[in-house]
Amino acid sequence: MLRIVLCGLLGTLVCDTASADWRQFRGNDNSGLNPAALQKDWDGQQTLAWTADLPGRGLSSPIIIGEQVILTACSGPREDRLHVLSFDAATGQQQWERQFWATGRTVCHPKTSVAAPTPASDGQRIFAFYSSNDLICLDLAGNLLWYRGLTFDYPNASNSLGMSSSLVVSGDTVVAMVECDDESFATGIETTTGATRWKIDRPRRANWTSPSLMQLGEQSLVLLQSSDGVSAVDVATGEVSWNYADGASTIPTLVVAGNTAFVPSHGVTALRPGTSNPAVPEILWQEGSLQPGTSSPLVFGDAVYVINKAGVLTKAALNDGSRLWQARMKGPFSASPVVAGGKMYCVSEEGSAQVIDLADEGKTISTHEFGETVLSTPSVTADGIYVRSDGHLWKVQLP
Amino acid sequence: MLAVRPRACCWMLGCLGLMTTSVIAAETGSLIATITQVGARGEGHAAATAAVRELETSAQAADLVPLLKAMNSAAPLPANWLRGAFEAAADRALSANSLPTADLDAFVRDRSNTPRVRRLAYEWLLKGDPEAETRFLPTLLDDPSAEMRRDAVARLIGQAREQTGDEALKLWRQALSGAVDEDQVDAIAKALKELDVPFNRVQHFGLLVDWHVIGPFDNVDQKGFPVAYPPEEQVDLNAEYTGKLGPVTWQQLHSDEADGAFDIAKLTEPHKGAIDYLYTEFKAGEELPVEFRLATANAWKLWVNGELVFAREEYHRGMRFDQYIVPGKLQAGKNTILLKVCQNEQDQDWAQRWAVQFRVCDVTGKAVHQMP
Repeated sequence: MLRIVLCGLLGTLVCDTASADWRQFRGNDNSGLNPAALQKDWDGQQTLAWTADLPGRGLSSPIIIGEQVILTACSGPREDRLHVLSFDAATGQQQWERQFWATGRTVCHPKTSVAAPTPASDGQRIFAFYSSNDLICLDLAGNLLWYRGLTFDYPNASNSLGMSSSLVVSGDTVVAMVECDDESFATGIETTTGATRWKIDRPRRANWTSPSLMQLGEQSLVLLQSSDGVSAVDVATGEVSWNYADGASTIPTLVVAGNTAFVPSHGVTALRPGTSNPAVPEILWQEGSLQPGTSSPLVFGDAVYVINKAGVLTKAALNDGSRLWQARMKGPFSASPVVAGGKMYCVSEEGSAQVIDLADEGKTISTHEFGETVLSTPSVTADGIYVRSDGHLWKVQLP
Repeated sequence: MLAVRPRACCWMLGCLGLMTTSVIAAETGSLIATITQVGARGEGHAAATAAVRELETSAQAADLVPLLKAMNSAAPLPANWLRGAFEAAADRALSANSLPTADLDAFVRDRSNTPRVRRLAYEWLLKGDPEAETRFLPTLLDDPSAEMRRDAVARLIGQAREQTGDEALKLWRQALSGAVDEDQVDAIAKALKELDVPFNRVQHFGLLVDWHVIGPFDNVDQKGFPVAYPPEEQVDLNAEYTGKLGPVTWQQLHSDEADGAFDIAKLTEPHKGAIDYLYTEFKAGEELPVEFRLATANAWKLWVNGELVFAREEYHRGMRFDQYIVPGKLQAGKNTILLKVCQNEQDQDWAQRWAVQFRVCDVTGKAVHQMP
């Protein structure tokens, strides 16, 4: 009986730790929300806990596993030096660093960099990914577990402007989107060995969106957005479950809430798996006046939030896309918004971090100027918000 | 009772130690050999994942140089696996203050080692012996490693900025002699211009500016990329072919642009939905490995000595210096270079460019010049 109780407690602890983590782009479920931080009593004032120097450029978001903050960067005149870094979440002290040589193309538009995709973790392993399509698996102590070079494998899988799709991990599969004008594909890689579980052809069109997870009962789907639309793919097998074929953006990424995906397509399109024909999704609504810029939409409570190219934040009703209010922020934005303590946190390209009161029609509560270009989406845990630039990683303390 | 004399005991322990070292060395070698079998698409992972784990936990300071030497000849993927094991072991050695700095120093000094592996050794040497930088920096201007040369060039640029007149010019010229990275070359060129000293970018980077061109051939609906038009079958500079708009013949082409690029759109009308071929010859004194580096916002194919070495179907994702790096080799004597450059029919302002820039260099980016 004691053993059962202990196991139960341990299970709870593991579960709590996992839920407090921020293990991939826009959080564990790619929503921009961390349940551990949502109900925080935060007045929206920004206090820096620490600042860490970085050895190279990057737009990838930090991920947080327990007390570790993992970040990628790149350096060198051709950005062909790939870095994986681990910091102590409490102090910002660097714990370890590993470097590798890019095996794929590293040419990029000057605004972006090779360290654009956000890494992912299953809680035991770190999966780091780069514009060069090098895919590196390390344990939490920085030991290499395996290394794949997806452009080395498929030499025309590259984009002269740079690639940026982040990874997602679900179960024992890590999913990479490698979509460009030439050799274009998505692949599911076994987390333990680095072996290819599946690889599917994708539209031959440059694409900077990221895969997003959708859990439907026992089935784990990954939604792949492209200029063609959205494909829902079984994470374990790579089989396409359903397709939305009416086109979608190649920059801002859809967000999933429950069984509904809010897709940057014809403005924003809300769709969910079809009931009569599972291969054809059901369109709940389309709202052309919602025009996401570079930032991806976010769903919080009963609303979907969209930031347009002009830096205007729109709150729209979740059930029909109708506009509820608009607020102008200091933009433009590349980073996607996140929510902590019931407030929205948005960082502009000029490094202006704005805390937005969602209960007061988007009023700005506080602004902090990081003083550097910030293109990366912040990451959130129970006690902090993490922001990175090319030169620094910051932790904003949450109470 | 068996008595063991002290001298015999020492000898036995010594033998045991030697055996242990030898066993460890053999195991390290075997683990390295397993990792070097890693190939593309996950080949060899099953054995290599176990081997790298073993190496990361067992490798000692004495294994660091063997790991570096293994990286010298390893293919790009296993080189990174070995680097992971090296850095884990080096981290432990650094924490224990047991980095083999003398061995690392010797490895860096040996220029027969692979440039990027020497650089890796150098950076770890500096962690254990920061003074090494003072010893090495003045010797790096002609280093085979571009990264090492970059440090030396940066040092000279810094010194030149502190000087004026002839002394400054001398330092700028010294810096230029080692510079291969575009940002450093641009900084030096700017300084030379301010001193009224001519700088030939085409010559410095080895840009090829004399070609023959023929076209346009049809690329409406981007259907021409896979089509083998006559120049792909045979280059005959006296031939006449049927092009998109009628007969086409080879024309001589010389770029007077400072960056050595060709604006094909200006040369060929119409410049949408069309393909041009560019041909040149390159005389090499000996067979040598090189990199063909090109920049273009258009789809392209490259043949060297009649062999297709790379093809890329991407349109209007920018044009940047050294945008594509294609490893290859030159044969002694005449080499033929044929480029197919394709323009599509996008009508946006930013999708009008039809141009190419091409050079031949070594793996560090230093120009390879042809024989007269």
